[in-house]
Amino acid sequence: MKGSRLGPTIVILVAAAYFLLPLMATFEFSLSMIRGVWSFEAYRVVFADPEFRHTFTFSVVAAVAAILLGALLVVPTAYWVRLRFPRLRSVVEFITLLPLVIPPIVLVFGYIRMYNSSSLVPLTATAGGTNVLLVLGYVTLSLPYMYRAVDTGMGAIDIRTLTEAGESLGASRGRILATVILPNVRAAVLSGAFLTFAIVIGEFVLASLLNRPAFGPYLALIGTNRAYEPSALAMIAFAVTWACMVLMQSLGARPAHKARQRR
Amino acid sequence: MSFVEIEGVGKSFGPNAVLKDFNLTIAKGEFISLLGPSGCGKTTMLRIIAGFESATTGRVRIGGEDVTRLPPNKRHIGMVFQAYALFPNLSVFDNVAFGLKVAGQGKAEIARRVMELLELIKLPDLAHRYPYQLSGGQQQRVALARALAPSPRVLLLDEPLSALDAKIRVSLREEIRSLQRELGITTIFVTHDQEEALSMSDRIVVMNAGCAEQIGTPFEIYNHPRSRFVASFVGTLNALDGVAVGEGVAAIDGQTVAVPGLAASPSAEQFTLALRPESVSLSPRPEATNRLNGTIEDVSFLGSVVRIRLRIGGSTLLFDTFNNPASPPPPRGANATVHFAPGDLQVLESGPVVLPEAAE
Repeated sequence: MKGSRLGPTIVILVAAAYFLLPLMATFEFSLSMIRGVWSFEAYRVVFADPEFRHTFTFSVVAAVAAILLGALLVVPTAYWVRLRFPRLRSVVEFITLLPLVIPPIVLVFGYIRMYNSSSLVPLTATAGGTNVLLVLGYVTLSLPYMYRAVDTGMGAIDIRTLTEAGESLGASRGRILATVILPNVRAAVLSGAFLTFAIVIGEFVLASLLNRPAFGPYLALIGTNRAYEPSALAMIAFAVTWACMVLMQSLGARPAHKARQRR
Repeated sequence: MSFVEIEGVGKSFGPNAVLKDFNLTIAKGEFISLLGPSGCGKTTMLRIIAGFESATTGRVRIGGEDVTRLPPNKRHIGMVFQAYALFPNLSVFDNVAFGLKVAGQGKAEIARRVMELLELIKLPDLAHRYPYQLSGGQQQRVALARALAPSPRVLLLDEPLSALDAKIRVSLREEIRSLQRELGITTIFVTHDQEEALSMSDRIVVMNAGCAEQIGTPFEIYNHPRSRFVASFVGTLNALDGVAVGEGVAAIDGQTVAVPGLAASPSAEQFTLALRPESVSLSPRPEATNRLNGTIEDVSFLGSVVRIRLRIGGSTLLFDTFNNPASPPPPRGANATVHFAPGDLQVLESGPVVLPEAAE
């Protein structure tokens, strides 16, 4: 028994070391800003920097907006394609995979050409407009992950029969989508949301070229100018991202939990 | 007074027609079964009534209202699916309440109606359970309650018992039937199981290749099948090849039997005679004046019943006798004579006479 467990244990240890050692090294380095002692000085400096708070908040808000918009776009699309146009599935899947093939730099230059201040839709003329454009760009970047997750989630339930059951009870398609389909693919939407969040928090190219005060460009800037603070930032970003995911997970799980305890 | 009228409904998917000129009128409160093998169009017909498929030709009326072009959520129908299709995210209570909420009823009214239905399906204690916590039979009863909750005009059942095991299937079909009688709801039931159709229905529509082969009461369908298909699909059929040799007399493998109502055919035409297994016996009876000789090909001892296969020339005759502890079943290869009444022989549609029209 013990012998058969040895192999898997070694694999897990090696994998854990691969993941944890750089993290620990970074953490150790971030603590050594003051020579000779371990301290949280680097963290204090980072938190004291108002730029940190601004850029991080900016990116979180952008991520949440991108998640909401992406879910709003992807869930009805995946539902409709599966229900009415199953033959279009491969086409839609291909379209949603395009962001993986086309580099973000191409995407952002395309955006700047399409939406510059002398175009028909001059989004880049104002800061607000550029923010909208940035969020739209994030939706595009996260499309492959969001669509895949949601589409797989829908594949796991019999959406056709559930829709027909709802319709035979008098419900409209919109109502069925909101009260039957969405709650049943919530886990899939959440996993798509996690990925979107992770992409947006560290995203550099779009934010930098659209000149928005996001966390990615800030991280890059600090990284080139400072020694210890980038390590502290990396640790903070890592912790906050994971905390956000845990938060989203527990928030997402709550309605079902509540329903189970009700009555 | 017809409540559901189906007029000349046809449905084609591309070049292949799955339904051809289907006509049926259903009275209010009637229990109708659409019976047929898979691919005969019975589910398509049900889905057209529900509105999930659109008819290529013809029209459907419910309560005098033409619903042919009406979307399913405007038809006021209740539907039960083979795969239950309960909403997995909702409790039993909320599943049954779904249609009532959609209809915009008040909270108190919904709670009253849901509990009433849960009493009806005898599951009032499971209101807070979720579908995954229920057995198949319980899920299907909840699905039935959910379909009945908004008091639909017609209840559509799409093979609701197929996914259940045999014992529950029998008890649930009795439950469905008594519930249907109690509520007086017009019901259309799709099945490929002849026993279900025979035991539950007021009338059966036997379907084959997109057409209604015969419409009649279970008694008519079983005892007076109008075609070889109906005879073979409903119950066990013994199809015997016969030749008309005179008025009321046919020859089966050279042995003459009396066939009432058979017209004399000068051309000595071949036709098919049907004989139900339960009308044949090994021992003579006064009314069983017809007899046929043959060789016993196979004997299956099934307990209370002994099933015997007899070869008569080119045909085989399958029949049952009750087990008798005093006399063992005849051995294989033995010669035997079977007895049956002339009236038990049915000339199928391809024969020279047409049976009396089954009332519709």
